[in-house]
Amino acid sequence: MAVDTQFHVLAVDDSIVDRKLIERLLTTSSFHVTAVDSGTKALELLGLQGNETRDSHHHDHHQDAEVNLIITDYCMPGMTGYDLLRKIKESESLKDIPVVIMSSENIPARINRCLEEGAEEFFLKPVRLSDVDKLKPHLIRSKSKVQYSLDNKISSYEIHDEVF
Amino acid sequence: MTNPTNDTTIITTNIFKLLKENLLTKRMSNRVTELQKEFVYYTSSLFDQGILNDQFNHLQLLQDESNPEFLAEIVNLFFQDTQKLLDDLTKNLEQENVDFLMLDKTLHHIKGSSSSIGAVGVQNACVAFVTCSNEKNIEGCWRCLEEARNAYNVVRSKLDTLLKIEQEIVAAGGSIPKPSVEPDEE
Repeated sequence: MAVDTQFHVLAVDDSIVDRKLIERLLTTSSFHVTAVDSGTKALELLGLQGNETRDSHHHDHHQDAEVNLIITDYCMPGMTGYDLLRKIKESESLKDIPVVIMSSENIPARINRCLEEGAEEFFLKPVRLSDVDKLKPHLIRSKSKVQYSLDNKISSYEIHDEVF
Repeated sequence: MTNPTNDTTIITTNIFKLLKENLLTKRMSNRVTELQKEFVYYTSSLFDQGILNDQFNHLQLLQDESNPEFLAEIVNLFFQDTQKLLDDLTKNLEQENVDFLMLDKTLHHIKGSSSSIGAVGVQNACVAFVTCSNEKNIEGCWRCLEEARNAYNVVRSKLDTLLKIEQEIVAAGGSIPKPSVEPDEE
């Protein structure tokens, strides 16, 4: 059974220039990328995935649709990146997906708020390849959690205690 | 039946053909070298003039054989996006009641995208504009808008020229010179 080892990143940014840039940065680093222009669209895309994972434990069938990491801009009209982060962390099916926030403004209070809400990293724009390099550890850690539980049919809750 | 004269003619013709091709190749590679130099000097001058900053170098590094059009694509997206936003700023300032909140949001957007491209001239013009907007100084805002438009027109014209040189290099069979970047400070 061939398992697709390419990580799928969902990028969210209302700026078309920044979307182009993050898409290129991620593709250059061998990620599979889907880029959307709003938090609402991101949730729609994730909502589909949420339904599928609730029905089945066999993630490998939905490898293409599965999102392994979300990277989102902070300042967006309507739903901000922070709002999106909160919604994801409040969702049973989505809360384990690592989320990274990007912002053009270096505001410590903002950064802390995001990290406290569960964001893995906070990138200052413009994002560089050296930033994207920091993503792989987060992805490998979360993906191996899922894979291990599938292989051994042990609940991920038990693995949490043992491995970490 | 051999005809010595014919053989000699054929050999001579072939030698001339080869010499001509070599000269042509040499001329072509000279042309590529000249264009590459032009590309490097022109880019450097844009840095010196404060029109572009190091971020533009990072963009160039993201272009390769798998994505040979990246620079042109992202620069053209920046042009389309910024043109529209500058027009939005004009329409906003023309209103009887200027929407300063919207002005700020639009400026934030232009500031962000110009920063991502490395168009530091435009970025700086936006920073000054934000101050005028926060002070609700409409006259100042009009001046700032003119500055922002000027900065945009300059970078647009320069990048158009740069992209043309890039196209000529590719057409002449050459490769685009890659810049070196400052190592990112952790």
